[in-house]
Order: sequence, then structure tokens, then C-alpha cells
Amino acid sequence: MIFTLSALGPALPELLLAVSAVILILFGAIAGPKSTDTVNGLALAAIFAALVLVILGPSEATLFNGSFQLDAYARFLKVLALLAAGSTLAMSVDWLKVEKQARFEFAILVILSTLGMMMLISAGDLIALYMGLELMSLALYVVAANNRDSVRSTEAGLKYFVLGALSSGMLLYGASLIYGFTGSVNFLHIAAAAQEPTLGLIFGIVFIFAGLCFKVSAVPFHMWTPDVYEGAPTPVTTFFAGAPKVAAMAVFVRVAIEALPHVVHQWQQIVVFVSIASMLLGSFAAIGQRNIKRLMAYSSIGHMGYALVGLAAGTEQGVRGVLVYMTIYVAMTLGTFACILSMRRKEGMVENYDDLAGLARTSPVKAFLLAALMFSLAGIPPLAGFLAKYYVFLAAIQAGLYTLAVIGVLSSVVGAFYYLRIVKVMYFDEPAEAFEPMPTELRAVLGIAGLFTLLFFVYPAPLLAAAGAAARALF
Amino acid sequence: MSLAALFFYLFAAVAVASAFMVIASRNPVHSVLFLILTFVNAAGLFILIGAEFLAMLLVVVYVGAVAVLFLFVVMMLDVDFVELRQGFLQYLPVGALVGLVFLAELVLVFGSWTFGEGVTGAVLPAAAGVSNTVQIGRVLYTDYVYFFQAAGLVLLVAMIGAIVLTLRHKTNVKRQSIPVQNARTKAAAIDVVKVPSGKGL
Repeated sequence: MIFTLSALGPALPELLLAVSAVILILFGAIAGPKSTDTVNGLALAAIFAALVLVILGPSEATLFNGSFQLDAYARFLKVLALLAAGSTLAMSVDWLKVEKQARFEFAILVILSTLGMMMLISAGDLIALYMGLELMSLALYVVAANNRDSVRSTEAGLKYFVLGALSSGMLLYGASLIYGFTGSVNFLHIAAAAQEPTLGLIFGIVFIFAGLCFKVSAVPFHMWTPDVYEGAPTPVTTFFAGAPKVAAMAVFVRVAIEALPHVVHQWQQIVVFVSIASMLLGSFAAIGQRNIKRLMAYSSIGHMGYALVGLAAGTEQGVRGVLVYMTIYVAMTLGTFACILSMRRKEGMVENYDDLAGLARTSPVKAFLLAALMFSLAGIPPLAGFLAKYYVFLAAIQAGLYTLAVIGVLSSVVGAFYYLRIVKVMYFDEPAEAFEPMPTELRAVLGIAGLFTLLFFVYPAPLLAAAGAAARALF
Repeated sequence: MSLAALFFYLFAAVAVASAFMVIASRNPVHSVLFLILTFVNAAGLFILIGAEFLAMLLVVVYVGAVAVLFLFVVMMLDVDFVELRQGFLQYLPVGALVGLVFLAELVLVFGSWTFGEGVTGAVLPAAAGVSNTVQIGRVLYTDYVYFFQAAGLVLLVAMIGAIVLTLRHKTNVKRQSIPVQNARTKAAAIDVVKVPSGKGL
């Protein structure tokens, strides 16, 4: 077999990220702590270059005996994950510097984690899935404890690490069962072998899904989320809420649809249960939260529940719904976290939602955009969040899952309470002390995310078409 | 009894005996040394079944790195092993029970084990004239190169993570600087002071 380097072309974005991480670590180690700004800039450039390569690169390819597959689905999600990771990195730089937590390793760990996400999104077999997942998570555990002098940050890192290792164990156990009962690790071969549900296969599916539910923080594997979100430094929380969720959801959908298409009825029950439980917990548990990072943690649990409604349908419509949902979720989350990152007073960061009191009078534009994002998170028409929910519920109804859709709509009504309470605090409460001015990159992210959620309904066709093409690639 | 069988019983007996001594010896350093002996004998057993690559790996990785690391930890940690060992015999019945359960399970598994249809035929025969090491190398760097590289990146992240979380640059520590030491001259280093007698400095 003659092997040419050009055969690796489809994996060029991944190669670029891996090589740039290695070069940057060398550069940072030689140049010392003063090189942090340069490393951050170069890391951003690397993520941007990878984004360009994904967009311009080949649209379909299979590499490494099917372990790495590039299709419309993978490209769509890679673009989303890279956008989320890149904008998070851009938003973190200034914050970390002000809080004196800036280190050049942070950007490198973000790059390596993003590389893991891209491998995860492109995974074509169970080994690639596990390697990608570990690469992504291991870097996340470290950045969670980035502020190593703070007890809460180290606690967040340790808690995430221990529970993450447990979930990896479950995932591996499930993978070994599936390998044992189907005779292959490749998704397509598994699909060919798993024509009917055997007991061992079902056990394998349950364990793999448990591991993946942990990564998307779906109930009942969500326990780590609020503590880790609250304890980790806010830019790290922003990172957690965006790109890793996209990658984990991507591989969740790929395993379910691509590897297990003939046993839909078996895994559908799991996904329906997880989805209902996540939606309900996300709506009810957030009501008592005062810390806005904790609130966003419960909000993200709820949103993962809504996204899983699309997967529960198990149809092309449903997968398209998941993709649209994840895109809009990332936009809304990044926008909201841009606001949270700017909640800084002279004495330091504040994290309670009461601190937003009267924001409409102290900085009206920010309050307006944040209010739009909150309405959108609550799913109020005609904002983007409503359309996202509309597509997943539509797919669920078309698949005959009426109970799931009804529970989803009802829990979204309950969830609206705590989003609207933030709007009420901003618009009707007595103004608190004003925040420090927002850095430019936070303004940019908040502006783009806010306008996207406000104006998505005017011209949703391009995103719907791209998500539709991506979903078709799986069927 | 053939020579191979003789060596099998030799390695196996020493391995079991030294494994027992790992938990039975009073001195933890002796325990680790017995552990190394167990590893070496296990490596001998691997060689007997023709897995020479695994045997070398066991010696290099476990004896060369892991066991020596154990030794360091045991010698550096201030743990009172005598106290830790109190009540060792007390747990013996429970431990023996667990061991018996495992033994029963093993007997049950091996007694009822059957290969599925066509499974035995699916095992690839060893290529003639090619050693294990070459074969593993051929597969590892061709079919599994993607996972090999990915595993390398995971280890890189682990290394960066360990450094990020634990390395601290201490500022008020005096470090040796050889060029500065070499650059010192007699004029710079020695100061001759005239001390008036009877007064001191």
C-alpha cells in the first residue's frame, strides 16, 4: 500500500490544530509567561484557520479504515464547535488577564479540547469516539481547575474529573458489550449486525447512552453541572456551555442514528425518559437559584432535554431539529455569557441575578439584548429560541410522540418564569450600581448573538437548508 | 516432562510464591521487591507462550518504571505500615471468601464456555517468519495510526495538565547561576578590611 500525504487532506483542520498546539506549547515554554498574549492570538488564528479549512475543504471522505468520517453532518457541527470555541477564547482573554489567571497553557488546552471535539464529531467507530471524548474531557477537567488557588475552582475540576472518569468507564463498558455482541467497533458494521435487539446489545446501548448523557449533562447524569458551572472561572463555564455540548450531542445523534438504526424502539425509550427528566428538572430546579451561573447550568440541562426531543423522534426531521436547536442554543448561550462576563464592578465580579437590577437604565442597549436573549431562551415567538423548539416538537409530533411534545411545551412554560424574572429585574427594579464598561469582544459577541436571535425568523432558510443537508447525510 | 513444562512450573511456582510474599512480608520495601520478582516471572511465562513482545513490555514498563516508582513512593512516604497491617488476619476470612467466589466463577465460566459459530475461524493466523514485535508495529502504525496519534495527544494533555495544576514558580528562591559564579573575581569577592586593634568592627 502506497500512502501519500495528500490522502490526509480531509483531516487537515484536525492536523492543523494538533500541530499548532504542539508548536504553541514549545513557544510558550521557551518564551515564558510574558508570551501569553502572543499565544492567545496565535491560538485564535489557528482555530480560525481550522474553521476556514473545514468550510473550504472536501465535503465527503472516509479516512483511517472508517474511523474518521467527514460528511455534511460532521462539517456542519465542526463549524459550529469551532465558532463556539473561537468566540469563547476571544471572550476569555481579557477576563483572565483582569482576574490575574492568564496563562499561556489555557489557550493551548482550549485548542486541544477543540481538537478532541472535532475527532468526536467525525468519529466513525467506538475507539475514535472514546479517544475523542477523552481528549476533549481531559483538557476540560484541567481548565475547570484553571484558577488553582480558589477552592471552588479546584473542587469543580476534581468533581468533574471524578464523575467524568466514572462516565468514561460506563461508556467503555457499553462499548465493549456492543463490540462483543455485534463483532465490530465500526458504526456501519454495528448497524449491519444489530438487526434485532439482543439482551447484551441493549445493555451496551444503555451504558453507552449513560456515558453520553453525562457529557451532554442530561438528567439523571447532570449532578456535576451546577457545581462545575458555578465553581469554574466564568470564561471556562462559557466554554463548557458551548462547544463540548455541541460535540457530545453530535456524537450522541451519530451513534443512535448511524450505528443503531434497527433498534430505534429500544433506545427511543431511553432518550424519551432522559429528555422529559431534563426538561422538567431544568425548568423547576432553576427557579430557586440566585447565582446566574448556576441558573445557566440548569438552563443548559433543560435545553439539552429539548434538543434530545428531536433525537427521540429518530427521524431526519428530528435530527434537523437537533442541529437547528444546537446552533441557536450556542448563539443564545454565548450571548448570555458575554453579559455575565461583563458583570464587573469596581470591587470585582458579581454573579447574582439581583446585581442586574435596573440595567435598563444604566446600560439600555445591553439590557435590551440580554432581554431578547432571555425571551429567546424561554422560547417566546418570534425569537430564535421559539423556532428551535418548534422544529424539535414538530418532529416529535410527526413521529407520534405526543406526550413528549406536550410535556416539553408545559415545562417550557414553567421555565419561562425564571428567564422573565431576569427581564423584570433589569427593567422594573431600582437601579443598582453600574457595571464597568464592556470590552469590545464581549460587545461584539453579545451584539451578534442578540441580533441573530432577534432576526433569525426573518430569514431562517440558510440555516434550515444547511441543517437539512447535514441531517440527510446520516440517513 | 519437556523442558518447556519444567520452566512453566518453575516460573508459575515462583510467581505464585512471590505474589503471596508481596502481601505477607512485613517490610513494604520487601513487598515491592517481591512484586518485581512476580513481574519478571510473569514475563517468563509470556515468553513460554510465544508473546515475547509482551514479556519485554512487562519488564520495561512494569519493572523498569512502575515498580521503581512504587519503591520511591514507599520509601518516601512516612506511612506506618506496621499499624496499617494491624488486623490483617482479621480480614482473612472475608478475603478468602471473595477468593473462593472468584474461583467458583472461573470454574463456571471455563466449564460452560463455548465459542460462537465461526469465531474460532475468524482469528487471524500468525504470519510465518514475522516476529510479534514486527506484526504489532505493522498494525499499530498503519491501521491504528489514528488512535496511536490520538493517544499521544491525550498523554500530552495529561502532561500539560499536571504542569498547569502543580508547577509554581517561586520568586524568593536563590538559584545557582554557574556563569555568575565563574565570573566572580578575587577583587569582587574579597574585601580586605583594616581592623583597628582593640576596637573590632
